[in-house]
Amino acid sequence: MATTLDAPRSRQAPTHPGRRFNVEKWGWIYMRVSGAVLVVLIFGHLFVNLVTGDGVRQIDFAFIAGKYANPFWMVYDTLLLWLALIHGSNGMRTIVNDYVVHATANRFTKYALIAATVLLLVLGTMVIWTFDPCPANGLAKNLPDFCKAVR
Amino acid sequence: MVSLRPAPKLPPTSTSPRLSLPKAPAGTVYRGHEGMWSWVLHRITGVGIFFFLLVHIMDTALVRVSPQAYDGVIAEYKNPIMGLGELALVAAIVFHAFNGLRIILIDFWSFGTKHQRGMFWAVIIAWLVVMAGFAPRQLITILEEFPR
Ligand code: HEM
Ligand code: HEM
Repeated sequence: MATTLDAPRSRQAPTHPGRRFNVEKWGWIYMRVSGAVLVVLIFGHLFVNLVTGDGVRQIDFAFIAGKYANPFWMVYDTLLLWLALIHGSNGMRTIVNDYVVHATANRFTKYALIAATVLLLVLGTMVIWTFDPCPANGLAKNLPDFCKAVR
Repeated sequence: MVSLRPAPKLPPTSTSPRLSLPKAPAGTVYRGHEGMWSWVLHRITGVGIFFFLLVHIMDTALVRVSPQAYDGVIAEYKNPIMGLGELALVAAIVFHAFNGLRIILIDFWSFGTKHQRGMFWAVIIAWLVVMAGFAPRQLITILEEFPR
């Protein structure tokens, strides 16, 4: 083909020839590695929660208590949380760089992005690892059946 | 955004029958073709899933407030409109996932680069197959929710 294309986004970001760690390169690699793992994790998440049993309407507190009784799902959800949220916010960073041209607005949009990401990573991780299947404030009708034996 | 030089005017050749160069000046081999549409869809679905995930982590966090708080919010989701929303979300993520694999194959495999166009249609077919499996399953749930 005789059509020539400019290399995308060439010479827009400063390059640091002396630096060992190239953020853009590792971001690029991360998108691909996390993407490949996420296909498995997300399809598994959707299959278990939306297809098996009564489908999406089976979901309630007791359903989650049943899942988190098994540490497998705790590790699974932690991986899903970190891989998906960082993948998503790094993708959003690319998009912000494409459309938010004003330098200050660009910087503050990305600060907001980082803040939301860090906050939700902490919140989500805490929720998984401090989960209590039979909390004292729970009403019997919302709790999983196995709480009767505990109380 | 990616800048593309307009395609130079060339006499028609027999070497690339599938790439007939457009007569209008705006045309390129990218714009308006599979490559562009896969990028548009990948971007839109990516943003959509991202904002879903923000809300999703917060509503799941209600399990640490109280079982009633979580079940109360989830009860609000159990209606046909949200059922359709969930179907749309799955449609978006399945496309993003398959097209993401296509992007990875294009980047790491010369076969992928050569056949990116064909692989776009493979993505569409794989998407149709998965959705043909999932949509009926979700539609059963949705129909059961209509108030009788
Ligand atoms: C299901 C598995 C997934 C795969 C295989 C996948 C794959 C990819 C790939 C390969 C890219 C391109 C990166 C680049 O151009 O450098 C990308 C971009 C992106 N992804 Fe994903 N992804 C997945 C899940 C997700 C999830 C869960 C989210 C949201 C939380 C997400 C949000 C995005 C966004 C916002 C972009 C940027 C799009 C753009 O620059 O146009 N992806 N994804
Ligand atoms: C309609 C579709 C979805 C439904 C009904 C759903 C349902 C649930 C439920 C019931 C939980 C609680 C724990 C568990 O079951 O493992 C959960 C947690 C989680 N889901 Fe989903 N999910 C959906 C889609 C997604 C998608 C597309 C993603 C990824 C982009 C995702 C990421 C997560 C994460 C990271 C957690 C753990 C949250 C935390 O840290 O507390 N979910 N989801």
